[in-house]
Amino acid sequence: MTATALTRRRLPLADLIRLATVGLLTRKLRAGLSALGIAIGVAAIVAVLGLSASSQAGLLDEINELGTNLLTVSNGQSLTGGTAELPTTAPSMIGRISGVQQVQSTGAVSGANAFRTPYIPAVETNGLTVQAASLDLLPALATTVAQGHYLNAATAQEPVAVLGAATAQLLGIDRIYPAERIWVGGQWFYVVGILKPAVLAAAIDTSVIVGYPAAEKYLSFDGHPSTIYLRAETGRVNAVDNLLAATANPESPSEVNVSQPSDALVAQADAKSALNGLFLGLGAVALLVGAVGVANIMIISVLERRSEIGLRRALGATRGQIRGQFLSEAVLLGLLGGAVGVVLGAASTAVYAHTKHWATVIPTEAWLGGIAASLIIGAVAGLIPALRAARLSPTQALWSV
Amino acid sequence: MTHAPPPIRDSNAVAAGNRLAIDGAGVPVLAVDDVTKSYPGEPPVQALRGVNLTIGHGELLGIVGPSGSGKTTLLQLMGTLDRPTSGRVRITGLDVATMADEDVAYLRATTIGFIFQQFFLAEHGTVLDNVADGLLYSGIPLNQRRQQAVGALELVGLAERPHVRPTQLSGGQRQRVAIARALVGQPAIVLADEPTGNLDQATGRSILALIDQLHQAGSTIVLITHDHAVAERMPRKVEILDGRVVADTGAAASADHPLRPLAPIGQPAAGEPHTASGTPGPGEPS
Repeated sequence: MTATALTRRRLPLADLIRLATVGLLTRKLRAGLSALGIAIGVAAIVAVLGLSASSQAGLLDEINELGTNLLTVSNGQSLTGGTAELPTTAPSMIGRISGVQQVQSTGAVSGANAFRTPYIPAVETNGLTVQAASLDLLPALATTVAQGHYLNAATAQEPVAVLGAATAQLLGIDRIYPAERIWVGGQWFYVVGILKPAVLAAAIDTSVIVGYPAAEKYLSFDGHPSTIYLRAETGRVNAVDNLLAATANPESPSEVNVSQPSDALVAQADAKSALNGLFLGLGAVALLVGAVGVANIMIISVLERRSEIGLRRALGATRGQIRGQFLSEAVLLGLLGGAVGVVLGAASTAVYAHTKHWATVIPTEAWLGGIAASLIIGAVAGLIPALRAARLSPTQALWSV
Repeated sequence: MTHAPPPIRDSNAVAAGNRLAIDGAGVPVLAVDDVTKSYPGEPPVQALRGVNLTIGHGELLGIVGPSGSGKTTLLQLMGTLDRPTSGRVRITGLDVATMADEDVAYLRATTIGFIFQQFFLAEHGTVLDNVADGLLYSGIPLNQRRQQAVGALELVGLAERPHVRPTQLSGGQRQRVAIARALVGQPAIVLADEPTGNLDQATGRSILALIDQLHQAGSTIVLITHDHAVAERMPRKVEILDGRVVADTGAAASADHPLRPLAPIGQPAAGEPHTASGTPGPGEPS
């Protein structure tokens, strides 16, 4: 046996935990209050990260529900810089690609604007476009009418319009009355329906939709589609995607734009909100305040417990063992706050996500990070008090009370 | 630096020293050689001015002196809680000055027991845990610490209530708990600082009776007091004044007259020897 083996003793972990627990239980209220600061900070951080992850998961769910197999083909630009045209045959050609399930199209009616009445100045277009649309557009876009009806084979021939969700608002129409009409391209069009927002095709929201035949008859539309919406079989989206440009416009495939709207939405969902940074910052400030609280409590504790420290030295504790005792007490206090904070943050995330019908997602790095941060905070905040406790001479601690 | 780490033989000597002291062989349990202690200040305070004291195994002695005489400083040096300005303090033959702080702490954990005027009990722990904490730093596992604590509580007559808290006990009972804590590791020497100072006279007498009983069972006990009446009862009385020993009735007195009659208060003196409490030898790391 060497001197080292005999004398360089550490307290077993179980004893250290027991000492730290007793130290905290002796002053329950005080320990609870100082752990509260850390708990609030950790809760804020966990909740911010959890809510952000949950809302993202909710958005992705929604996108999946809308379908990620929607592709759009639109007219791009010609070599000379003008707007290219898609051939009128493009929709039927695309419909022949194997793997394509639905093909619908809209065509922007150039030169036509929509107004509430003929008395509105012509410049106040509200940015609305008039689109000729095919009859089964809505199922392809995974949206429906909010009120009234969509176009059918009969109404598509007549001066009849359906309004996109934003269009209806901009024109001040929130309900469909019989004989409700708007002024489109110098003539009255009867409004038969208002659409719900089309998440996958935002352009529809700000459109006045009329039938192809009606557009040709009343608005001198040339019949060229400007956007083609198609659904492909889920497993063949990429294969279809590769063929689209050449199929839509075999003469000049480069003048065709092909895109997958769900991609853009996913990218949007991934983007972090600027507010997250703010709340995370606030959480960090709360953690810092909590750390100061723990340090303060531990310093007071060392002052109050001079006689205990002296007694322990008399019972044979080394300076290191005293240091270890106070350090583990601070770490335990931090961990306690961290654990409570994680539970609080997770619970508030779960409640909020539930009201929004999102799945509750608590990122691992959020709760693990919260626990780790509180542990480090406890250790850092407890260091100076622990060093002071260890420096205390046993005679001063015992005989100057 | 004269502060060399203790050679290997020293660690064995701790255990060996304990055994020698317990066995009653020649090495004194505690030897104070020409010790002085001064505290810095303007002018420096000379608390001890050359004290010599040798305490053999099984002695019970009272150190008596008025406040400011240096008796508490002497206790602190004997208890290795402080180091002398000059001179040597040897515990079971080990020179404290040559030992590292950690080794001295281990010496305290295994070889020295303390009893204080203010008891210093943890109010939120049970009586049993308070006593068991006396072994916390000697490397003994918790179960065994509690077992030995039960034995120590029997020794001081408090075996029936191991799970109450010190706040539920009277002052005398609290001091008994503190005494049990000092004795639980069967230290080679017990240092008591005014153990009856916070107690009324009758209770104080019962504590003195207990100390006497422990002495008879083989413990080496040094009792510090300002009360001459208390010191008179001790088999050996050391008087200290202005940092010097002015009278010492001597170790021989202890051997010749092991007991002075005590008032019949408290426990009967003829207790079982405390080595029969089923605990292993003191300070032997398991």
